Amino acid sequence: MEHIISVIVENKFGVLSRVAGLFSGRGFNIESLSVAPTLDPSMSMMTIVTKGDDRIIEQIVKQLNKLIDVIKVVDLNESEFVARETVLIKVHTKPEDRAEALRITDIFRANVIDSTPTTYTLEATGDVHKIEAIINLLQPLGIKELARTGRVAIAREPIRPAAVQPKRVAKE
Amino acid sequence: MKLTGAEIFVECLKREGVKTIFALPGGVVLKIFDILHQQKDIQVILTRHEQGAGHMAEGYAKATGKAGVALVTSGPGMTNVVTALADAYMDSVPLVCFTGQVSTSLIGNDAFQEADNIGLSRPCTKYNFLVKDVNDLAVTIKEAFYVATTGRPGPVLVDIPKDVSMNKAEFKYPGSVSIRGYNPTYDGNKWQIKQAAEAITKAKKPVLYVGGGVIFSGASEELLELAELCQIPVDMTLMALGAFPGEHPLSMGMMGMHGTYWANMTVHYSDLVIAVGARFDDRVTGKVSEFCPHAKVIHIDIDPTSIRKNVNVDIPIVGDCKRVLRELNQILKATVNGEQKELRKPWWDQINEWRRAHPLAYEQDSQGPIKPQHLIKRLYELTKDRDPIVATDVGQHQMWTAQYFKLAKPRRWLTSGGLGTMGFGFPAAMGAQAAFPDQLVLCVAGDGSFQMNTQELATAVVNRLPVKVFIVNNRYHGMVRQWQDLFYEGRYASSYLDATPDFIKLADAYGAVGLRAAKVSEVDDVIKEALAVNKPVLVDVPVDQYENCYPMIPAGGCNHEMILADPPELKKKQAGVKVAGEDKDTVLTA
Repeated sequence: MEHIISVIVENKFGVLSRVAGLFSGRGFNIESLSVAPTLDPSMSMMTIVTKGDDRIIEQIVKQLNKLIDVIKVVDLNESEFVARETVLIKVHTKPEDRAEALRITDIFRANVIDSTPTTYTLEATGDVHKIEAIINLLQPLGIKELARTGRVAIAREPIRPAAVQPKRVAKE
Repeated sequence: MKLTGAEIFVECLKREGVKTIFALPGGVVLKIFDILHQQKDIQVILTRHEQGAGHMAEGYAKATGKAGVALVTSGPGMTNVVTALADAYMDSVPLVCFTGQVSTSLIGNDAFQEADNIGLSRPCTKYNFLVKDVNDLAVTIKEAFYVATTGRPGPVLVDIPKDVSMNKAEFKYPGSVSIRGYNPTYDGNKWQIKQAAEAITKAKKPVLYVGGGVIFSGASEELLELAELCQIPVDMTLMALGAFPGEHPLSMGMMGMHGTYWANMTVHYSDLVIAVGARFDDRVTGKVSEFCPHAKVIHIDIDPTSIRKNVNVDIPIVGDCKRVLRELNQILKATVNGEQKELRKPWWDQINEWRRAHPLAYEQDSQGPIKPQHLIKRLYELTKDRDPIVATDVGQHQMWTAQYFKLAKPRRWLTSGGLGTMGFGFPAAMGAQAAFPDQLVLCVAGDGSFQMNTQELATAVVNRLPVKVFIVNNRYHGMVRQWQDLFYEGRYASSYLDATPDFIKLADAYGAVGLRAAKVSEVDDVIKEALAVNKPVLVDVPVDQYENCYPMIPAGGCNHEMILADPPELKKKQAGVKVAGEDKDTVLTA
């Protein structure tokens, strides 16, 4: 089953290769991987999409935790989460296709971020199904180039009944 | 006052209590060697090959429990030490390996003797550091020793570029370090420990399956207490030998591929396996899906990744073996009574039956060739009063030593388990001897294995490390030959060692002492003679070339399906076998 694992790591050189090396060395697979600094510039967040049965996922989480540069590991599939991906698509547009391209852009609430007489570059954000759907629809027009970010994800905050919600405490 | 990186390096080692390092110089580490040369607190043992330095540091670490330290140069120096790092990583040996690196300005330029030390060592170290600034050197070294020796121990590499060893910085050694991503769990979960105690009290056929973790955590006393309190048989892995007294009535000896019949039967038919500091390696489990099929499994280990990696575990306990066992014993002391002994009587009857049915056996004809088992048994009997440290290489001789050397105490057993590194034994024995100059250190080697690090004879002689090496000489890669006998219809592809050197002359050439036992009647005398010499001794013992090591669980076989002796058709094949080059007489003379 597909799992999204969120990993907080030290933001220093060599960490990505340790994580990637762990996956290749132990035969785990990476579907996608995205890395960027967190609010605290000394840490980065990696979002890793991987596949495996329960035992493999358990090993992946434990092995990641064992890496000394890894500060925290969360298997997002253990609770509710939201995941998004952004794609940039450069699509060929013959004069007769330009309107169709814009219609598709509209349907998917995507944006045109660059335009030439023969191409549009679109930006779309959404879950993985939406990204795949827009790619499928644009393919007949001719996709010249495509760049996907890979997924990023975050756990949903549990919804508590109003009465139980913690009081706000003013902090200095 | 500001110190150079090299001076800081030496100061840090002193503060870590390092007494001996194993080293081989080269261009980029000359500054460090220069400073080492001008002090007397740290002994520098110059090896003849960096692999030797690595294994010596491992032997030192295994025997003392402290981190072993190696220092080598960049490029080939580092690549040569990789085998020792990988070996230490597999067997959880605390090691701090310092490598030289080209100057920071040259890194990445394919400079002379440059290698990507961090990239090369990443998959075979617990952690590694590249020190880019001399101001970070002291804290990095502190962190390196901390990571190597805490949690599940392992090798750590510190890469020091040449300019970092030359540049100056204010020296401050931190009293302690903390790393936010590294917090090993030492105390086991109390509720889980209670569950384990309950399971142990109820079990009719329990067995302790103990691994090297018991030795690293110093939990031998607690293990003995648990076993005696609950009358549980103790199966040891190859790495655990010595963790439990070998001659104790509860000791089952070694388990696994070449373990004793009764150790493997015990684990197969048990209803409760208590794994302590072990990792369910394939050489122990055999066919993993049928490992201990009737048992509930308790697994105590400091490394969470070991748990449920290979087999399903019912009661996992992450923690330090010593602390967890201590707590477990406390609970059990209150609950265990005579009932368990009664409950387990049928179990012990069964175990004793297994013991009687298939003891370790060999036939030594007094006129025939020396049986390797006989040599090792006599070596054990004639030295056990001296509490020796025993190192081995890898292969048949290693398994026979594991079977016949019933070590009484932990940290007396130096062997390469996980990686199976031939050439490990001799340098490891030297490392232990460097730590304990007055103790008897033996090395049982194969003729094939010994030749993988022969050059260290020079190191042994020069540094007065009087290790006693016994070469179980069958002129074969014996274990390879055994597999070819059993699984490749006796075709000895590249397992025969033509032109084996005359080991007496070899020892002589290096200034060591060479001895030989040619007949069964000479075995005892040659052992006594070797022990009497206060110099490195190489004892060549030509043995029965075709002796195979049993019991044996074929790779991927079940633990209760052991081969107990040569199959009858094999004997015929051995008698009629002709091997290319074999009839040419080689230098070896009896």
